[in-house]
Amino acid sequence: METLEQLKARLETAIPNAKIEIVPNPSPVNQPSLLLDTESARAIAHFLRDDPQLRLDYCSNVTGVDWLKAGYLEAVYHLYSVALKHGPVILRMRTGNRADRVYLPSLTPVWRSCEFQEREVYDLYGIVFQGHPDLRRILMWDEFVDYPMRKDYVEPDDYEYDPTPHDDALEKARKHYPQAPAPLQTEAAQ
Amino acid sequence: MIAIDNDTEVKQELLEVSMGPHHPSTHGVFRMNVLLDGETVVKLKPVFGYLHRNHEKIAETNSYLASIPYTDRLDYICAMTNNWAYTLSVEKLAGIAVPPRAEYIRVIVSELTRLINHSCLAGFLLQDMGALGTPLMYAFREREKILDLFEALTGSRMMHNFMRFGGCRCDLPPGWVDGAKTIVAHFGPFLDEFEALLTGNEILRARTEGVGVLSGALAVSAGVTGPMLRASGVNYDIRKVDAYGAYGKFAFRVPLGQRGDVFDRYMVRILEMRESLKILEQALRELPDGPVIDPKAKLRNLRPKPGEAYGRIESPKGELGFYLISDGGPTPYRFRVRPPSLINVTILEDLCLGHSVADVVVILGSVDIVLGEVDR
Repeated sequence: METLEQLKARLETAIPNAKIEIVPNPSPVNQPSLLLDTESARAIAHFLRDDPQLRLDYCSNVTGVDWLKAGYLEAVYHLYSVALKHGPVILRMRTGNRADRVYLPSLTPVWRSCEFQEREVYDLYGIVFQGHPDLRRILMWDEFVDYPMRKDYVEPDDYEYDPTPHDDALEKARKHYPQAPAPLQTEAAQ
Repeated sequence: MIAIDNDTEVKQELLEVSMGPHHPSTHGVFRMNVLLDGETVVKLKPVFGYLHRNHEKIAETNSYLASIPYTDRLDYICAMTNNWAYTLSVEKLAGIAVPPRAEYIRVIVSELTRLINHSCLAGFLLQDMGALGTPLMYAFREREKILDLFEALTGSRMMHNFMRFGGCRCDLPPGWVDGAKTIVAHFGPFLDEFEALLTGNEILRARTEGVGVLSGALAVSAGVTGPMLRASGVNYDIRKVDAYGAYGKFAFRVPLGQRGDVFDRYMVRILEMRESLKILEQALRELPDGPVIDPKAKLRNLRPKPGEAYGRIESPKGELGFYLISDGGPTPYRFRVRPPSLINVTILEDLCLGHSVADVVVILGSVDIVLGEVDR
């Protein structure tokens, strides 16, 4: 398979408006990825799938990453070719921020396998995939409001009464009962 | 047919039925909202998440080592292959090599796991068709023997927690290889018996042939992997494509289906078990001596250099992958499981449309899902 630099050059000639960056990966496995701009992502995906040299017909893995310090969410796609048995080619897309500009184009029209996985990314990270046929929560229940995989997610206070709290449970108990109820006070006194 | 305002016609309405979540045929807590026209499915939406405990979030707060026992509980029938997929990904991320004996042991335990999974799947599939108990108990009888082997090796029957970065936790106990050889030698005749009872059975054929047909093109596009993909005639086996571990050293074939129906999915699994036996025979015969873990491999307080890695293996259910991002800290920054069960269920609606309710149960059985992995 051609290198990622050659692929990038070929993509830029095929899709003139595309802005593509190579994201290096310093780990020993050497799987660098392509960072796509959201406007041309769908066109690039179609090209990657249909190009006779690449034929990346199989989108294996779709997932989200929350880059809290950098201030954006990221969707990552791992593509393989079943026909030519090569891969992975890794695509990434970034949202504008983590609050209101969380829209990315859905790649479900290109690869059907993204359907449930993009729903999962929406459910757990809150990235809204535009053009997805059925974007609903998938693992959490429909009434749930937050996005639990985000790095700044705060667990709800689901403390259940424990007669002898210790370690983490004791901390939770103290937060849950700011004025310690009677059993806790007697225990502290002992 | 939707209600028609015409006095001469009998009024008909579509009926929405919620199948599950508590039903033995759903293989766990899995629900399907089915819209029925009489007995025929016109729409089906799977609903799951009842077992969701956010395995990924837990893993992002744990050290790399502490996540190994959690992976046992993803697909709780195939704990060994889950271990392998995770350790393979960490080995890729941190650049750890595995000694040859450990690679062989991994292949042996994984292929034994495949035997467990496929034989139980065949038993459960028959259970879904109404053959209550008997085929499943035949499969469980063989599974028991393999579980005894695993217990002798790891101390646990199902939650093995066996593999480590750079190898395996412990070496094979004395006499284990001979025990495994005996089981492998007896598994072929068991399969012959099993097939004599089932494969030609008129009811099984009537219930499975032409039911839930999946085309190869849709299977590839929908990311379907494992025996389901190969039953649709697509030759893609990660053991051959990536040749990870020691799989490059063994001679085995990849069985393919022709029509992609439930019968082909059943048959591909039976044939895969026969190929697994070939791999096991070769691996047990050629098992090299040496250490079972890289002595330089660091287990506790592992801090891989910043970077990311995606590792995948051919688990019995399909492509099981782990995507890890390290920021140089003691816990993974991102820990993602690519669950084959979840992604194989994407096309459930396409398979079921136009079939009867009773066929939905059989089709779901042939997809082979485990809810511990679907929900994570």
